[in-house]
Amino acid sequence: MSINGKAYIAGAFEHPTRKAIDKSLAQLHAECAKGALEDAGLTKDDVDGYFCAGDAPGLGPLSLADYMGLKLRHIDSTETGGSSYLIHVAHAAEAIALGKCKVALITLCGRPRAEGMATGTAPRSYGAGTPDIAFEYPYSPTVVNMYGMCAKRHMHEFGTTSEQLAWIKVAASHHAQHNPNAMLRDVVTVEDVVNSPMISDPLHRLDCCVISDGGGALVVVAPEIARSLNRPLVKIKGAGEALKHQMGGRVDLTYSGAAWSGPTAFEEAGVKPSDIKYASIYDSFTITVLMQLEDLGFCAKGEGGKFVSDGNLISGVGKLPFNTDGGGLCNNHPANRGGMTKVIEAVRQLRGEAHPAVQVPNCDLVLAHGTGGSLGTRHGSGTLILERE
Amino acid sequence: MMSEKRIMAAPIADPETQEFWDAVRDRKFLVRYCNACSSPHHYPRTICPHCGSDDTYFKEASGNGEIYSFSVMRRVPIPYVIAYVTLEGTDISMMTNIVDCDFDSLSIGQKVKMVFSESEGDGPPLPTFAPA
Repeated sequence: MSINGKAYIAGAFEHPTRKAIDKSLAQLHAECAKGALEDAGLTKDDVDGYFCAGDAPGLGPLSLADYMGLKLRHIDSTETGGSSYLIHVAHAAEAIALGKCKVALITLCGRPRAEGMATGTAPRSYGAGTPDIAFEYPYSPTVVNMYGMCAKRHMHEFGTTSEQLAWIKVAASHHAQHNPNAMLRDVVTVEDVVNSPMISDPLHRLDCCVISDGGGALVVVAPEIARSLNRPLVKIKGAGEALKHQMGGRVDLTYSGAAWSGPTAFEEAGVKPSDIKYASIYDSFTITVLMQLEDLGFCAKGEGGKFVSDGNLISGVGKLPFNTDGGGLCNNHPANRGGMTKVIEAVRQLRGEAHPAVQVPNCDLVLAHGTGGSLGTRHGSGTLILERE
Repeated sequence: MMSEKRIMAAPIADPETQEFWDAVRDRKFLVRYCNACSSPHHYPRTICPHCGSDDTYFKEASGNGEIYSFSVMRRVPIPYVIAYVTLEGTDISMMTNIVDCDFDSLSIGQKVKMVFSESEGDGPPLPTFAPA
């Protein structure tokens, strides 16, 4: 059984805030839910399936269904960090295909800026029972130094350079200049990136994503509901999910879970990387994009540096337009989780609703991909292939 | 630039890893091996993550290794080096810090040897590495 054609994304909403001092976390979830349902032309009373992850307050779906007044017959709180929301789309399609629900709502929100969280430079503890904690936490693994180790190893094995990584930020900045909500709207150069302060070798400040409050929501619906709504038809064509970890100590930082979730999604969709017109690629750091592009098959392993250079990811310039909203690198990385906004911009592209300066012409087949957790330790990986019908 | 004094958080032992942390207090570094598949793993588990057997045991390691990858965390009050070090005679790497070193002289593949670094309060010392 396949989910190809069994469900559609009918609603998508990205919260415009980037700093939410005056809003509660539950309120952000409800505002995003309302935005996505209004985008679809539905109301909360149409929702019978709800999906959320570790960013949700309290008891997750229990707390938020209570807060929003949802009456549900299908619930899923799959938690794989920032990749959760891509996996939620796939799980929603599975549930719809099985008749478990017809209108699935997915929300993500967070307020790391309002809460003053040291997102990138302080080690995070996931609690005393976490099996790795005694063997990792004392060494102060942080988001940025874990990805720094991935970049360092990639450079060692394949000759990737800081200038090549910088091209990824340059491309994102070219897109962000057109997004009035983006946190960083100035176009930057390769020199700007490599001359920005070193945070954790070899990643500079401009190799890192923004830290933002806010969030987003998606509404996934059954085909008959999608056809009853006055919105472009965005079909879920294929999906893949994977987890990659340290494999008992057999650590290999040169590839990500995308090497597994990508082929699964392409096989289900019956398409290949060269068919894809636009790609949303998770961009916590520049190296994240480069590794995932290789693992998804857009270029050979080790060739990512060449692939991203010379503006190849810039819409209207290169062969593979990516993250045309400015991505996490320049636009928005709500709750330190980038998966939701990846799907939202992919939906905009398929609908022809991206900014005209970055809209890909005849954009009928796209990929959205997310990573959650850390490429340096353990992470979830979710790939979606979507088609305009 | 030499690394400044940095006190690391104390690891908290649990019933499964108490033997490991007791050995570390005696300056011994143990690696968990599996009798069924003969493979080592790290961090230590009772049940082998490679083959699923519960016939596992600790064996003292040489403490030698080489740097698999590393990153110098610079934008913090006391910079430090995070690394994965591949343990001599094995295919497994452990997360650690490289200490007592010139940050800018480190390289992937460099040989390192274990040194134990102080942790906070009454915590056990932490297995870290310095250039060999």
